[in-house]
Amino acid sequence: MNDVPLAMQLVELLASLLLLLSFAMLAQRRIASLVNLFALQGAVLAASTVAVAASAGLHHLYYSAALTLVLKVVLLPWFLHRLIVRLGLQWDTETLVAIPLQMLAGLGLVIFAFGLAQPISQFGHQITRETLGIAIAMVLLSLLMMIGRRKAVSQVVGFLALENGMVFAATTATQGMPMVVEFGIALDVLVGAVILGVFFFQIREQFDSLELRHLETLKED
Amino acid sequence: MELIALLGLPLLGGAALALWGASARAAELNALFSLVTFLAGCALTARVILGGPLVIGNEQFFVDAFNVFLVALTSLVGFTTALFSRPYMRIETDRGHLTPGRLRLYHSMYQLFMFTMLLALTTNNMGILWVALEAATLTTVLLVSLYRTAASLEAAWKYFILCGVGIAQALFGTILLYFAAERLLGASGGALLWTHLDAVKGQLEPTVLAIAFVFLLVGYGTKVGLVPLHNWLPDAHAEGPTPVSAVLSGLLLNVALYAVVRCKILVAGALHSDLPGRMLMGFGLLSVLVAAFFLWRQRDVKRLFAYSSIEHMGIITFAFGMGGPVANFAALLHMTVHSLTKSAIFFAVGHATQLARTQRMEDIRGLLLRSPTIGWGLMVGTLAILGMPPFGVFASEFLILTTAMREQPWATPILLLALGVAFGAIFRRVQPMVFGEPHSLPLPHSPALLPVFAHLLLVLMLGLGLYIPGQLAAWFRVAAGLIG
Repeated sequence: MNDVPLAMQLVELLASLLLLLSFAMLAQRRIASLVNLFALQGAVLAASTVAVAASAGLHHLYYSAALTLVLKVVLLPWFLHRLIVRLGLQWDTETLVAIPLQMLAGLGLVIFAFGLAQPISQFGHQITRETLGIAIAMVLLSLLMMIGRRKAVSQVVGFLALENGMVFAATTATQGMPMVVEFGIALDVLVGAVILGVFFFQIREQFDSLELRHLETLKED
Repeated sequence: MELIALLGLPLLGGAALALWGASARAAELNALFSLVTFLAGCALTARVILGGPLVIGNEQFFVDAFNVFLVALTSLVGFTTALFSRPYMRIETDRGHLTPGRLRLYHSMYQLFMFTMLLALTTNNMGILWVALEAATLTTVLLVSLYRTAASLEAAWKYFILCGVGIAQALFGTILLYFAAERLLGASGGALLWTHLDAVKGQLEPTVLAIAFVFLLVGYGTKVGLVPLHNWLPDAHAEGPTPVSAVLSGLLLNVALYAVVRCKILVAGALHSDLPGRMLMGFGLLSVLVAAFFLWRQRDVKRLFAYSSIEHMGIITFAFGMGGPVANFAALLHMTVHSLTKSAIFFAVGHATQLARTQRMEDIRGLLLRSPTIGWGLMVGTLAILGMPPFGVFASEFLILTTAMREQPWATPILLLALGVAFGAIFRRVQPMVFGEPHSLPLPHSPALLPVFAHLLLVLMLGLGLYIPGQLAAWFRVAAGLIG
């Protein structure tokens, strides 16, 4: 590993941090802390984008990092915290069932993700080899988190974390999508979050809570 | 120029209706914007038919025979649905189901939805295609929950989460596509442009493209409503306002399928094998079969026709999967006639449910005596969608079945079985709704019948072959050739 440049080692370090944060989110019960973890994940993501930009000398990635920083670290967490306060969920916790089991399932998903990444990453740049597997693992872990949650807000955080995994895949595997696409994706995420915010109030108005079990009545009859 | 008008008008309409969407003339304004968009679509179509494919706007937009026919279809159905929504929404407002604020949201989002559909169709950038389809979900999610009932909130939540997660898979597929293309085309930004990708598709890395296609198919397939990714579709169709059901079935599913077909062309070119085609055939057959049997269990009239949409999307996906000029031709024809017929049915169903004040089929009776035009509209539309001879669905299904017999004989009995089951399931429900004994009051506003019969007339002409030998056939043939 000695001949790997410093910037790349940094990218790998940040990648493993991202994976660790995904697991932390999987186990976090308190909704407000979940949002903080999401913000932290966004910060690490922005840092890794800067590291890739520095190591490959790609200037457009700095814009991408700035976009991540503004959107994922400042705007969305601020918005979610505000929402949590307005909805009175500061101290709300989820009763997660079988955290050890979820962790084990998560481990299995990570192994699967690395298996899936293997045939792809052999065609990539040097950085891609290890990080693409981590990106896929982040996506799968977010999906697992969404399945395990019973509250609307934490499902949305899972959805946003999934998008983080996508951005990480795009920066490390392909060194960033074209700028117009990145802006489009960011716009979609932002509008989506705002619409969901509106939606929370509609759900609460109707059911007096944000438990998703109220939303499980439509069945085939 | 036409393209600027085509994309700019709905965007402008969205902004204008956000301001005046609750005024007394908002419905007319909505229809007017849709009409002018349709005219712009016609102008663009004429230009592409006469002058060949266009690549414009710094290569960001690409219009060929394949997508321009969808542009024409999308803007036409967008316009007729706006005509239908005028009396429909007026009745809903009179009955107190909607507040002015929600009406404004509805009109504004309707125009923005049209914008996302047209952007998805005309863009040359696979990334923007994804962005536009995701934006289409965002514009319609609040329309599905427009009535704010418990059921509509649940349907909208399901729609958002399932389509959001589904389409995120397509984003990953797009990233992988870019990953493969970047090595050939460089990172300059040309590597996501469809025209560039199409030119080098034979040299793209097959392993990466195969994995990318799985993600793309699952992602966009969720929006097409392919089984087993279809769960959001019946709920969203049943709980939203009926004009929204009409555009979801008539437009959104088509455009999502368009995205799948664009991806299939690239991947089939890179793989030098039939793997993508076989995957499409598998998903298509499964959708047809599962939807046909689920049709028997439906009690809600809008759910019934939502499942029918899944069935027809399955048929089209199967046909695109078979590939070849005849099957592609039939698939394009089926896309057109399904879109026209299904939206006509939803127009008739919309007024029928307003007449009966319920969506439960057992409580909708005797439409023919109550309002003969709605009754006949629903009956004729149902016969058309079930593939009865003089209508266009018959022509396209006949073509698909005969091609299947020749090229994929094993699939023919499955298709025939599903079509038979679907026929029985829908006909036994619609027949008493139209011919039974009535028990309801007339509508306060005269229903919008022009769109219903205009669509059915078009479908009839397509089916009788009055139009097919002319311009349209040549056009479809060119498009079918492009898909390969």
